[in-house]
Amino acid sequence: MTTLLEVSGVSVTFDGFRAIDNLSIQIGEPELRAVIGPNGAGKTTFMDIVTGKTRPDTGRVTWGERSISLLGLSESAIAREGIGRKFQKPTVFEAQSVRDNLAMSLRNDRAPWKVLVWRETEADAARIAEVAEEIGLTAHLARPAGELSHGQKQWLEIGMLLAQEPRLLLVDEPAAGMTPAEREHTTDLLKRIAATRAVVVVEHDMEFVRRLGCKVTVLHEGSVLAEGSIDHVTADRQVIDVYLGR
Amino acid sequence: MSVAAMPSRPVRKRLLEANPSVAWFLAILALFCLGVTALAEATGTGALSTSMIKTLGKTLCLCLVALAMDVVWGYQGILSLGHMAFFGLGGYAIGMWLMYARTEIIVAESLAEAAIPPTPAEIEDAIATQIFGVVGSDQFPAIWAFADSLVLQLAMVVAVPGLLALVFGWLAFRSRVTGVYLSILTQAMTLALSLYLFQNDSGLRGNNGLSGLQNLPGLDAVDQATVSIAFFYASAAALAAGYLLFAWVTSGKMGSVIRAIRDDEARVRFLGYHVESYKLFVFTLTAVVAGIAGALYYPQAGIINPAELAPIASIYLAVWVAIGGRGRLYGAVIGAAFVSLLSSWFTGGGAPDVDLGVYTIRWTDWWLVLLGVSFVLTTLYAPKGLGGLIDVIEARRARRRVGDYGPDKGALRREEGPPQ
Repeated sequence: MTTLLEVSGVSVTFDGFRAIDNLSIQIGEPELRAVIGPNGAGKTTFMDIVTGKTRPDTGRVTWGERSISLLGLSESAIAREGIGRKFQKPTVFEAQSVRDNLAMSLRNDRAPWKVLVWRETEADAARIAEVAEEIGLTAHLARPAGELSHGQKQWLEIGMLLAQEPRLLLVDEPAAGMTPAEREHTTDLLKRIAATRAVVVVEHDMEFVRRLGCKVTVLHEGSVLAEGSIDHVTADRQVIDVYLGR
Repeated sequence: MSVAAMPSRPVRKRLLEANPSVAWFLAILALFCLGVTALAEATGTGALSTSMIKTLGKTLCLCLVALAMDVVWGYQGILSLGHMAFFGLGGYAIGMWLMYARTEIIVAESLAEAAIPPTPAEIEDAIATQIFGVVGSDQFPAIWAFADSLVLQLAMVVAVPGLLALVFGWLAFRSRVTGVYLSILTQAMTLALSLYLFQNDSGLRGNNGLSGLQNLPGLDAVDQATVSIAFFYASAAALAAGYLLFAWVTSGKMGSVIRAIRDDEARVRFLGYHVESYKLFVFTLTAVVAGIAGALYYPQAGIINPAELAPIASIYLAVWVAIGGRGRLYGAVIGAAFVSLLSSWFTGGGAPDVDLGVYTIRWTDWWLVLLGVSFVLTTLYAPKGLGGLIDVIEARRARRRVGDYGPDKGALRREEGPPQ
């Protein structure tokens, strides 16, 4: 396992409120990592920093073998580097078909002139079919995404992420709004993806995190409180005090 | 990957499959052209006057700029209040050549009778005096450097609106100005441009504008009836080409991405698309098309002045597209044709005044109120606009199914329909 993403000494202040305070996290490739923490612990801000939405005041974020800095890159350039993000609230393009949503996410050239003359190849069609099968939406490909149920939208967004073929997936509360059977499917899927890629899961649900069976990072007030196996962190005195004990 | 081995289907077929409206639109436009040909003075019975042909040709140009507006607003989500400025710039670009070349002929004729043959410099000065005397100048401004060349001025028709849109768009989009603020910014650009052109030293004859554009240099022998039908055909061809172009751009993956940007541009960024480049592409492309539409419009109108570029013109454009139905290409065409023709009927005194006893409604004054009210009503109660009627017709045409619905494309359940 080599280090893919390194966040070191990062701090962000919003109007005097220190959302992230000297945060350092390393993610390997492949790795499955769960990030937990109470509301306001800085989980979402951490993702915003990695994906380029928020610029940190201090610190470094480096990526890949050549340790390039992500701080100077735009959101779209970071996504093209291979970082995919799934939002907590499913954000799919509701006016467009499930198929178009997936086609847009496929790992192809993103330059406008290339997109203008783009035509679906057999490989693209096969990839769309494969992803649709994986997320159980094969029968719904022609439907507008807006017609899907909440759970299906979650799946579609996961599918869009898969189609992107990122090296690192940042997943915000993937199991929210899913049935127990769907949650199990999600756990399996995330584990399978994490065999070849880096996956960071932000989650509230302890049971879900336990089932992932991976290294856990506990955030509190913008920095790392504890890190280790789920059993290790849940036994940690501080963690119990600030998070689990309540 | 076996990309090279892919059987490639012709683009046109895919385009028509994706946009059934293209075939319909081209067929209706062709029928309309045939009808006009049969009734025009130069080619047919003469039931349609030359000025009517010009009005129809101008309407086609307005439909073209409305198409551009629909793509930038309805598909891309940028409510631009600057596209009529690009339209006007296209008109000015072609107008400069028309005016220069025609004045040159007139000057050459009048100087031919002089005892001593005039030098080229004298001819140049005479042309400048003729054109700019009205703003108290006898020198050619620098921007007229290419006015003697039709080819270069035609290039300007594309280049000037294109470059302005490119530079303006680059500045605006990269600072991530969106929504109503972006609209205000485009309006400010339009206002600044029109105020600048109103000045006498802008080099484009201030508020006099350019005139006599209907007279094509060297074609004095050809009557206006023939010229008008020729411009009508050119406008129709441009509209058809524009429709095809925009149908192509808004279908396929490009269309998918630009509609996605309209709906949630932050999400599109996280998919790896450089949103600003896409906006810039659409903004510039539509500005260029608007310029071409303007270059076809003003020779038919005969005159262009800075008032044509004022923000109100761009607001009208947005109203046409909204009433026609944005987000569908034919909606923009319907809106522009319907509202602009209706507008000339009302403001031209065609509509009979309504006598209410205590007050007489004169439509020349009240038309704008009517237009404003219908805009508000459309926005509130029929956001799909006139184009939405097509949906109603299509839904009615779809066979009413009775009995067992049976498996359908995309349907997952079987259920009973109403009894037969």
